[in-house]
Amino acid sequence: MRDLKAVGKKFVHVMYPKKSSALLRDWDLWGPLVLCVSLALMLQGGSADSKDDGGPQFAEVFVIIWFGAVVITLNSKLLGGTISFFQSLCVLGYCVLPLTVAMLVCRLVLLAGSGTVSFVIRLIVVVAMFGWSTLASTAFLADSQPPNRKALVVYPIFLFYFVISWMILTFTPQ
Amino acid sequence: MATVDDLKFQEFDDAANLLAANPDATTISIDEPVEIPKNQHSRLQEPGREEDDELLGTDDSDKTELLAGQKKSAPFWTFEYYQTFFDVDTYQVLDRIKGSVFPVPGKNFVRLYIRSNPDLYGPFWICATLVFTIAVSGNLSNFFIHLGKPTYHYVPEFRKVSIAATAIYAYAWLIPLALWGFLMWRNSKVMNIVSYSFLEIVCVYGYSLFIYIPTAILWIIPQKVVRWVLVMFSLCLSGSVLVMTFWPAVRDDNRRIALATVGTIVLLHALLAVGCLAYFFDAPELDFPAPIIPAHNGTVNKITMPVSPSVQ
Repeated sequence: MRDLKAVGKKFVHVMYPKKSSALLRDWDLWGPLVLCVSLALMLQGGSADSKDDGGPQFAEVFVIIWFGAVVITLNSKLLGGTISFFQSLCVLGYCVLPLTVAMLVCRLVLLAGSGTVSFVIRLIVVVAMFGWSTLASTAFLADSQPPNRKALVVYPIFLFYFVISWMILTFTPQ
Repeated sequence: MATVDDLKFQEFDDAANLLAANPDATTISIDEPVEIPKNQHSRLQEPGREEDDELLGTDDSDKTELLAGQKKSAPFWTFEYYQTFFDVDTYQVLDRIKGSVFPVPGKNFVRLYIRSNPDLYGPFWICATLVFTIAVSGNLSNFFIHLGKPTYHYVPEFRKVSIAATAIYAYAWLIPLALWGFLMWRNSKVMNIVSYSFLEIVCVYGYSLFIYIPTAILWIIPQKVVRWVLVMFSLCLSGSVLVMTFWPAVRDDNRRIALATVGTIVLLHALLAVGCLAYFFDAPELDFPAPIIPAHNGTVNKITMPVSPSVQ
């Protein structure tokens, strides 16, 4: 129960990002795991003419999120960051929450129809959530970097969330 | 210059007046060690770093090589060893990218920008960006080309990302490895003045791929002429960076080997660009991609059945 409360508190922190060392200190990976699995599940069921042309499979989404988070963490540590390995993984994983919400909204919008209007709505939602994710994770992670390398650390985070947003936006149902 | 008169006792004048009379005099303050020569040197460094390096020539590069040797002394199983490859600031990365996009004729990219501080940040993240840019642009371009057709059903083509990743990372790491091995081998036979370390070659190749990122975005435009003009343009720019880097390393060698090496470098670079264009971007008017890719032993390989007459 205490763990659930901690996870819930972190979700709230991500939605209203303000710098708080409490989030960074008590890292946990339950939240990222839940978010990653639900995002990967929601990205299933996409259309595919052949196996080669469809959207990402469950394992691919999983690997992209975890491998991407590990690479970004290694990158920030190699550039001289002071944050610990698991704290960084924790923050990057939790900041996938806005994009998971976007995926949920997209699937609901796609139930209503898949024309141009639905695409425009999905585009706006995904872009907004992508901006939110990037800003939330930057707010937590940027302070632990040396000041003249901040852009070098923020850019891979931007790329990471961009790739996830692209996967969400290009999801087309059967 | 001290004359006999100067050696007589003089009233201690105000330091400011003395300095005004003789502005270039070395001043020493009691609490600090003599720092003026270093300050002048660094003041010269900041605005005109590149010219300074060219003027000082071997002097400065000796010093930086010595420092580099000291820098990388951590054993390879520690984390600090790998941190030495990421010892770059934002402005340095931006400078190197700028150097790869605007090649200055006569100036060597490695000597000018890398200066014994090769980094792995640029090559790795430029390749990653390029992979995703090509995959996303290809997908978008195919979507726009086939938009009006009634039988077209959009697919995200996610498999192509892994193919793009394999191709681009293999190019950016295996070709430098082969080139480094080749240059080392020739170095043992012919006394070359310029030799590059493996990481410097990886660095040059990585940064030279940057120009393909905006090129890939512009390839969304579904006009064949535009695409081929873009290929030529970006090939010229990044190819010239590569040629200007590697020509000094091979020019003392046998003429034919030197030309063959430089020619192979440019050809492989062209092959990468044309291959990406052919595989990820459908042709605008036809349903089948129909470019002819020449292999570098001179024979022509057709990859699909072309509608237009083949080039022989």
